[in-house]
Amino acid sequence: MTTLLGWLAGFGLVSGLVMGFGVAPREVIQGNVQRIMYLHVPAVWVAYLAFIVGFIASVVYLARRRDAADRLAHAACEVGTLFLGVNIATGAIWGKPTWGTWWTWDARLTSVAVVFVMFLAYLLLRGAIDDHERAARYAAVLGIVATLNIPLVHFSVYWWRTLHQPPSLLKPGSSTMPSVILTALLVNFAALALLGAYFIARRARLLAAEEEALA
Amino acid sequence: MAWKDLVVERRSKETLNALLFFSLALLFVFQFALGPDRERLAAVLPGLLWLGFILSGVLGLGRAFLVEHQNDCWEALLLTPGDKSAIYLGKLAGSLVLMAVVETLVLALFVVFFNVDLAGALPGLGLVIGLGTVGIAAVGTLFAAMTAQARARELLFPVLLLPVLVPVLLGTVKATEALLLHEPLAAVGHWLKLLAAADVVYLAVGLLTFDVILEG
Repeated sequence: MTTLLGWLAGFGLVSGLVMGFGVAPREVIQGNVQRIMYLHVPAVWVAYLAFIVGFIASVVYLARRRDAADRLAHAACEVGTLFLGVNIATGAIWGKPTWGTWWTWDARLTSVAVVFVMFLAYLLLRGAIDDHERAARYAAVLGIVATLNIPLVHFSVYWWRTLHQPPSLLKPGSSTMPSVILTALLVNFAALALLGAYFIARRARLLAAEEEALA
Repeated sequence: MAWKDLVVERRSKETLNALLFFSLALLFVFQFALGPDRERLAAVLPGLLWLGFILSGVLGLGRAFLVEHQNDCWEALLLTPGDKSAIYLGKLAGSLVLMAVVETLVLALFVVFFNVDLAGALPGLGLVIGLGTVGIAAVGTLFAAMTAQARARELLFPVLLLPVLVPVLLGTVKATEALLLHEPLAAVGHWLKLLAAADVVYLAVGLLTFDVILEG
């Protein structure tokens, strides 16, 4: 099952590359640099999906106390942090040639950075508690707080930079994007989502093996 | 719970004294770091004020559960019959009283040293400080109980707490800034709503999950 997921992710990545570099047209103003969007944008979507999975798994763990739920929460938050890191890194690489700077304290950059640090702290807490069962409980609580905090971070950072009501996530104007580019973006999103699911499955299995070895 | 609150109060004399001196030292550090330029000082004053509140809050909150550890009271806490959320509320109330005392004094020191004009802004400022402090203490009490059991807890506690508190910090600083410029309370309504939402979320999670933390 996991292996199949891996092959699917591999296939998805190849088609994502074909879509991003082959099918999608060169952007008129930015040129080829713009193609980094096909990695940059899906990475943050997958990261947030992973955090939602981690949140649900944390709640399930606290309610049912199944070790599998804890491993899923751990793996999902770790993979989510990884993808958020990819998003930040590609954003910096994209920002240098287009904005002329690696980093700026823009609303979106700041909120993503805050969420990134929040989940780094989550992983830090996991490592700092020796007792396995206790680490699982505390991490679940922190995971819930951190995920619920994401909307608060977004709103506060947005108001901090602009003072205006933020646009909704799927604003109606987004259809201005040419459909070829949108398709390429969605193919890459599917590929990265499969890759994320594959990573999470592998990581959860590794955690299970670790527990078995230590028990 | 009320009894716990009182115990916290009585023993917190040592914490309180140290915190007050810490705040005073912080004030000097701010002054030295920024120099005597009044204009620049006025521009960053709300940020400094909340930096002072948060830093003293982190120190105070971090101690809340250490005392239980030193005297082996942790086991007694675990054995307490009844709802564990009462312990959470008791600890929270104790921390809130402590923070309120420190914050009042810090605010007074700011008025004296940095020549802040509070007239008229005080009721609104009180509301902002109240909402912000409840948010800091609600999530701080939860995290303090968690990190009390961890390695390198003095370091881990602020590392967990500070990123989570970013919305509270932004909201309080921006609202304080507007109020000190004598803008009406309605102008910061969105920040007040955000702070209230944060308080509700943190309190709800704290109440619901505290028995999980005190399991062992």
